[in-house]
Amino acid sequence: MKLFDIAHSRTGDKGNISNISVIVYDQKDYERVREYVTPERVRAHFKGIVNGEVVRYEIPTLGALNFVMQDALGGGVTRSLALDAHGKCLASALLAMDIPAKN
Amino acid sequence: MRTIRIGSGAGYSGDRIEPAVELAEKGNINYLVFECLAERTIAIAQNAKLNDPTKGYDPLLVERFEAVLPICKKNGIKIITNMGAANPQAGAAKVREIAARLGLGKLKIAAISGDDVVEALKVSDTKILETGAPASSMASVLVSANAYVGAAPMVEALANGADVIITGRVADPSMFLAPQIHEFGWSQDDWDKIGKGTAVGHLLECGGQVTGGYYAEPGKKDVADLARLGFPIAEVSEDGAIVITKVEGSGGKVTEHTCKEQILYEVHDPKTYLTPDVTADFSQITFTEIAPNRIKVGGVTGRARTDTFKVSVGYNDGYMGEGQISYAGPGALARAQLALDIVRERLKITGVKANELRFDLIGVNSIHADVLAPAPEPTEVRVRVTGRCDSMKEAVRIGNEVETLYTNGPASGGGATKSAKQVVAMLSALFPRDKVVPVIEYLEA
Repeated sequence: MKLFDIAHSRTGDKGNISNISVIVYDQKDYERVREYVTPERVRAHFKGIVNGEVVRYEIPTLGALNFVMQDALGGGVTRSLALDAHGKCLASALLAMDIPAKN
Repeated sequence: MRTIRIGSGAGYSGDRIEPAVELAEKGNINYLVFECLAERTIAIAQNAKLNDPTKGYDPLLVERFEAVLPICKKNGIKIITNMGAANPQAGAAKVREIAARLGLGKLKIAAISGDDVVEALKVSDTKILETGAPASSMASVLVSANAYVGAAPMVEALANGADVIITGRVADPSMFLAPQIHEFGWSQDDWDKIGKGTAVGHLLECGGQVTGGYYAEPGKKDVADLARLGFPIAEVSEDGAIVITKVEGSGGKVTEHTCKEQILYEVHDPKTYLTPDVTADFSQITFTEIAPNRIKVGGVTGRARTDTFKVSVGYNDGYMGEGQISYAGPGALARAQLALDIVRERLKITGVKANELRFDLIGVNSIHADVLAPAPEPTEVRVRVTGRCDSMKEAVRIGNEVETLYTNGPASGGGATKSAKQVVAMLSALFPRDKVVPVIEYLEA
């Protein structure tokens, strides 16, 4: 199954840094998502897009993770040559990550 | 316990006009706030002001104020906006002109400026955060430098009876925080309350993004009536209790999940959300549905603010050229790839010097590189070549080399477009608070 099946997501941008939230629909999936969707896996998932460090913040009261990714927006929204210079679509790309069905 | 209602009338400069009218007419609000100033918008506005000293405010200011000012005047709603952009005084004068033309009677308008620190930065050794270079080393290309000012000058303007506040660069949440401080007499170092008031601002600053806009996922996260999306209202009490809602009967929805997406939007460490007013802590935040489209917000705290203002620095960064053309049907992908190869070689042959070039296949890899490869092969592909150059002349040639694929490239290319533009890019710096002095001017209609 895909992360898309159990979580939703939104991307924000600040300069050349992108942040992606991953929010579970059902709190019972939070622990599983927290265990599997590590910063290392996110970094690997975005190979070729994100060139910098990926840091993860946990917000258990929201059932949410927040990934902050450095050097992710082609030099920054205002100078990037990318079609989606804000990286707005990255949220959907992250939800394409495969996640093992129940452990 | 006293409660006020604050409406959010726009989430960005080009946002829809009618939701704010709906808020003013039916929202039972006390304040209407318009956030219309993106990072780069102010650099563009600065250029407009250089060309014409009566310009440099938001291009939709007139249209928005004509639509809402009569209703706000009638219903006693105060308006706060950063539509002043690079020229709050000219924006305020325009609002006075509109009020007079529409015969609205007495109106006190405050223009808040002082955020422009470009001249100070040109001779400053303040470091640019992204590059580490001193700001002075960029003096020849600097277009704008604006400090994100906090709520304080807006609170003062409200205390002096302003009905409308037009600002330049201020932090977005501060525009929502100012009426809360003013109405409830909060001390500006009551960090928990300022943190809560800042959470209100962060949830509302993007307009429809908390009421179901930018949220819909058909079949999983359905949102009704996005064509009539209602913009948000925050109900705030003196003790900092918060409810997020919208106009009854409007499109969209406010749920725990729409709030969760928005509170983390453009946030890095949720424990440390820095604004000019406070270090807000969203790490323990909770959202609870108390009725349909009424979400109670809890668990927000705050700590002391920092000693610096963030400054947004605009600079000239060359020229960007772009060309696109489509291929369809069997073999579309192969023809599109051939097209890219031809343009790549043409730019070499003709000696177009670019600092950076990018070759995309829209529908294949333009958004997500190889993270999401299409399968099966798409039946239509759009070629896109873009590059950044030192001269406009060279930037134009990028689009031209795509366009000439019509008669010189693969079979059946269609719909070529091209463009070239000057690039104003943004960086940031931290500037000492005491070097930024907000200025408030009042105009009376």
